[in-house]
Amino acid sequence: MTALLETVEVGKSFGSVIALNGVSTVVNAGEVTCVLGDNGAGKSTLIKILAGAHQHDTGEFLIEGRPVRLSSPREALDRGIATVFQDLAVVPLMSVWRNFFLGSEPRRGWGPFSWLDGRTARATTKKALAEMGIDLRNVEQPVGTLSGGERQCVAIARAVHFGAKVLILDEPTAALGVKQAGVVLRYVAQARDRGLGVVLITHNPHHAYPVGDRFLLLKRGRSLGCFDKADISLEELTRQMAGGAELEALEHELRGVQQ
Amino acid sequence: MALAVQGTDERVARVRLADRLVSRPELGSVLGALAVFVFFSVLTDQFLSPMGVANWLDDSSTLGIMAVAVALLMIGGEFDLSAGVMTASTALVTAILATQLGWNTWLALLVSLGFALGVGALNGWLVMRTGLPSFIVTLGTFLALQGLNLGITRLVTGTVQVSGMRDAAGYESAGYLFASTVDIGGTAFPISIVWWVLAAAVGSWVLMRTRFGNWIFAVGGAAPSARAVGVPVVRTKVFLFMTTAFAAWLVGSINILRFTTVQANQGIGLEFQFIIAAVIGGCLLTGGFGSAIGAAIGALIFGMARQGIVFAQWDSDWFQLFLGIMLLAAVLVNNAFRRRAERVRK
Ligand SMILES: Nc1ncnc2c1ncn2[C@@H]1O[C@H](COP(=O)(O)OP(=O)(O)OP(=O)(O)O)[C@@H](O)[C@H]1O
Ligand SMILES: [Mg+2]
Repeated sequence: MTALLETVEVGKSFGSVIALNGVSTVVNAGEVTCVLGDNGAGKSTLIKILAGAHQHDTGEFLIEGRPVRLSSPREALDRGIATVFQDLAVVPLMSVWRNFFLGSEPRRGWGPFSWLDGRTARATTKKALAEMGIDLRNVEQPVGTLSGGERQCVAIARAVHFGAKVLILDEPTAALGVKQAGVVLRYVAQARDRGLGVVLITHNPHHAYPVGDRFLLLKRGRSLGCFDKADISLEELTRQMAGGAELEALEHELRGVQQ
Repeated sequence: MALAVQGTDERVARVRLADRLVSRPELGSVLGALAVFVFFSVLTDQFLSPMGVANWLDDSSTLGIMAVAVALLMIGGEFDLSAGVMTASTALVTAILATQLGWNTWLALLVSLGFALGVGALNGWLVMRTGLPSFIVTLGTFLALQGLNLGITRLVTGTVQVSGMRDAAGYESAGYLFASTVDIGGTAFPISIVWWVLAAAVGSWVLMRTRFGNWIFAVGGAAPSARAVGVPVVRTKVFLFMTTAFAAWLVGSINILRFTTVQANQGIGLEFQFIIAAVIGGCLLTGGFGSAIGAAIGALIFGMARQGIVFAQWDSDWFQLFLGIMLLAAVLVNNAFRRRAERVRK
């Protein structure tokens, strides 16, 4: 089976800043690849390459076995790769439903005289958000007036709606309540079961471990390894992420404070 | 509704009137237009006479066509300072080709349209390619066109104007489309009013009801986000610059066919009137919000006030004062809206 997405030693630099260096990983259909690492480790940079927002400088990026260089997020979307970016990529002054369908607007009518199918768009938006447990007052309100978590849910619901093959989520649970974080993880599992490849970025090993099949650990732009679930335990994952000994020391310290 | 998600939500209080006011960008301009209309109707007799109405509609029309295009561009997050001079450049190209080279008017119009679209595309391409503010890029185009207008006109005619359009072949038929008048109750209403209404209707439809309109709001509101979800940002903005240039060609054609003479230094300073009309109509200077109808009404306020002041036999200096006050009021109202809508909660 060829992987849906594969990176071979990809690297990316911004001027003199090397954000990513020699990172290899695969995303298979029906599997979840988790990307973990500190702040600034290069996680977002990696998924932006997968999403077409950045182009890699070194190494190879393959989609279904073929080397590609995506020129824009549009190209990724056309190949069925939908992404929730860390900054969410919403337009604050635009209404919820206009944001939801931005770039992939449903239309009626013919050719240059076609118009937006606002009714379908509104109904679909409302339904998609309701399924996430987000019961919006009004899909006409500007996205800028939503709460942080609500905005995140709009971005996630949008990606889930348009992701046909691959779903990429950059810290989707960061601003979410317990219930919504649970819903997002269930979505990840659902997408996986439908045969999509999922890339999940998170700082929380407790979110990553239950749904993940593969764990890519990044540190300062380099890969610490890409582990199959069988090869790594939750404890080990947590230890790796926090820098192992450092966390134990911190735990000690905090206990000391409490006493 | 098929979706029985909810009826009315208990969290939605009665939508307050104030909230509704600020969510309609053109509402301020409608109120302003009403006030100006009532004021001059009461103050002068001519204002409401057929003659007077034709006068201020005429004054508003060419400004309105440009204001609609400039509003779309501003909602898309860009300015075009060359728009005013372009109305003269296009007229000059048409006039020089038709009167100096003896071309058919229609052919001259076609070439001048190509010229306009080329300059618009160049503006857009330069802005997108360099990433510089369009304010500075189009200031460059503005100066360059101004120089070209004067330089070439002087070179070709030896004066600073081109005249004699009336003798050009095809003048009659082209004039019918761009510069004729429609007789209503014995008063001649220029056809440019129809173009103005058409521009407002098409602009508004595109903005609110089409995919491209969605893209305009998005590229003006948050271009990186728009790109991230697959909106062709560069194409959208270049197209908006070309739309503005097209509007300038339309106005230039209306002017040259109507007056049959064009001054090489015409159009300078008009670019700010277009922007002012768009702002009065509810466009934010920061992009991402505004209205095409509002801009058309902004132009109407302009026309009514300018002609009303003439009817009232006041000194035209008062028009500038009025303009300043209108602009300040509009900016304050728009700003209040932006604070409400753009309040991105953390
Ligand atoms: N456009 C850019 N220009 C310059 N440097 C960049 C750019 N994007 C990312 N970087 C740098 O690359 C490094 C990796 O950034 P990245 O956003 O991928 O980190 P991250 O792992 O997603 O961090 P976080 O967990 O905080 O989201 C950082 O040091 C950052 O400063
Ligand atoms: Mg990140």
